[in-house]
Amino acid sequence: MSTPTDARAGPGTRPGIARRLAIWLHPRQGLQLRLLLAGPLGWLAIAYLGALAILLLNAFWEKDAFTGRVEPFAWTLNAFRDLFGHEVYRTVAVRTLIMAVLVTLTDALLAFPIAYYMARIATPRVRAMLVIAVLMPLWAAYLVKVYAWRTILQGNGFMEWALSPFGVESPGLDEIANSWLVLSYLWLPYMILPIYAGLERIPNSLLEASADLGAKAGATFRRVILPLVFPAFVAGSIFTFSLTLGDYITPDLVSDAKFIGNVIYDNSSLGNLPLAAAYSLLPIGIMTVYLLIARRLGAFDSL
Amino acid sequence: MVESRAVRIALRVVSVFVMTFLYLPLVILAIYAFNPSRLLVWPPTGFTLGWFAEAANNPAISVAVVNSLIVGALATVLALILGTLAAIAVHRYSFFGRQTISFFLVLPIALPGVVTGIALRTSFVTFGIDFGLFTIVVGHATFCVVIVYNNVVARLRRLPRSPEEASADLGADMWTTFRRITFPGLGTALLSGGLLAFALSFDEIIVTNFTAGAGTQTIPMWILAAIQRPTELPVVNVVALVLVTFSIIPVYLAQRISGGAAAGVSR
Repeated sequence: MSTPTDARAGPGTRPGIARRLAIWLHPRQGLQLRLLLAGPLGWLAIAYLGALAILLLNAFWEKDAFTGRVEPFAWTLNAFRDLFGHEVYRTVAVRTLIMAVLVTLTDALLAFPIAYYMARIATPRVRAMLVIAVLMPLWAAYLVKVYAWRTILQGNGFMEWALSPFGVESPGLDEIANSWLVLSYLWLPYMILPIYAGLERIPNSLLEASADLGAKAGATFRRVILPLVFPAFVAGSIFTFSLTLGDYITPDLVSDAKFIGNVIYDNSSLGNLPLAAAYSLLPIGIMTVYLLIARRLGAFDSL
Repeated sequence: MVESRAVRIALRVVSVFVMTFLYLPLVILAIYAFNPSRLLVWPPTGFTLGWFAEAANNPAISVAVVNSLIVGALATVLALILGTLAAIAVHRYSFFGRQTISFFLVLPIALPGVVTGIALRTSFVTFGIDFGLFTIVVGHATFCVVIVYNNVVARLRRLPRSPEEASADLGADMWTTFRRITFPGLGTALLSGGLLAFALSFDEIIVTNFTAGAGTQTIPMWILAAIQRPTELPVVNVVALVLVTFSIIPVYLAQRISGGAAAGVSR
């Protein structure tokens, strides 16, 4: 094997092991790739996909009634029988799904105007500031934000102070509407940013062409802008939907409603892993279908 | 299309409203942290730094902070290594199953955190692995890897190949080219990916609840437990303010460093 590197090593310099290895690896593309992928794929296979597989298995394993231990490879459908036998699990699932839809729609409505403002009206300076301002709460301090809402919503809190002049009382910490408000708040940035990116990608020429062809502003909006930005909506909705579907802390802290996540978490803390595992197949299934539909609608190009 | 004046004003008003909505809860929380009253009653009754002192002298908080720092650092390092390797492999080589790999790599953030949590918990229990800092790190690394991966792939797409080719033509071997050309090119992407990964890990609670044992507490876990104890709420306010500051600053820095390239929402 002759590479330019050999010629340049020069007299008297013995190439080190690292360099000799590099030269040896140079033509072996397949091996390079395998070495690169070994770590990440091994990790993914063990820590994520492997864990999901174990989760699936646990849903079909027997739980010892006395010790509470799960007996590996003792097959049973007991967990599923429990889930289908009790009305409450269906109620919780429907409640969570409705909430996920509501939160997604609310965020879409709130996100569109500000995304539009950022993409098409704000000056570049203001736009850059707004992007950072929307991003910061997206990444930061989930729990703190839920806690902040708790202080706002509870009796004698900010909301009571702000609304009592209008004769409205504090909502307290029991209402399921609180969960709707706080979840919409939490995931709003996840909706704003894809829509903003989607709007920014629409070339001005298209809108001018629409106007030249006689479309009024309303028609251009309905027939050019909305169809073009729709995949971005779907992209944002993946997050608002999935995050609502799995949350168990918000519903617990600001309301007394149980969601899918609460059933999973409570059963896992109580040691009923098969039931938790079986129930978690529900959000996995829903999100898989959701992702497949989203891909059909072109949302993955807008992520 | 030029938006009419009325439309523009309306959009501006709604935007101001939405930004207020996004930041008002954090502002209220910050104000409460300096409120001398033991009760969470609005409006605040004065100004004090006393709760900060009380928080600093609380041993449980110190332990939790140290735990969070250790977990954040380990998860970030793991994510930097694995995420970068995966990004280089997916971007620089074409092979069968490439699309599938990038899909599976993003799965931990597309599926709800509760799924990651329960999957890891069942696995740890099934294999008899003791809960502790190690299990928390594993949980955090699942989504931190994705963050770094996304950042590095985005950067690799924008980096031209020509300097690497020139380096190879001039006789540099793979390591030298990586060390002196590729790595400096990735530098800020790694830094911003690492900062985001750390910020995410530092305030993670959904997965952590499942993967922490009874004996180990991170700072968000301490907050969650203390929320249930009314006497501790003034200290919770302080800790919450510190937590939000320490997770927002890395995000802000990451944004500035990468010049907005880290804007991907993919969490």
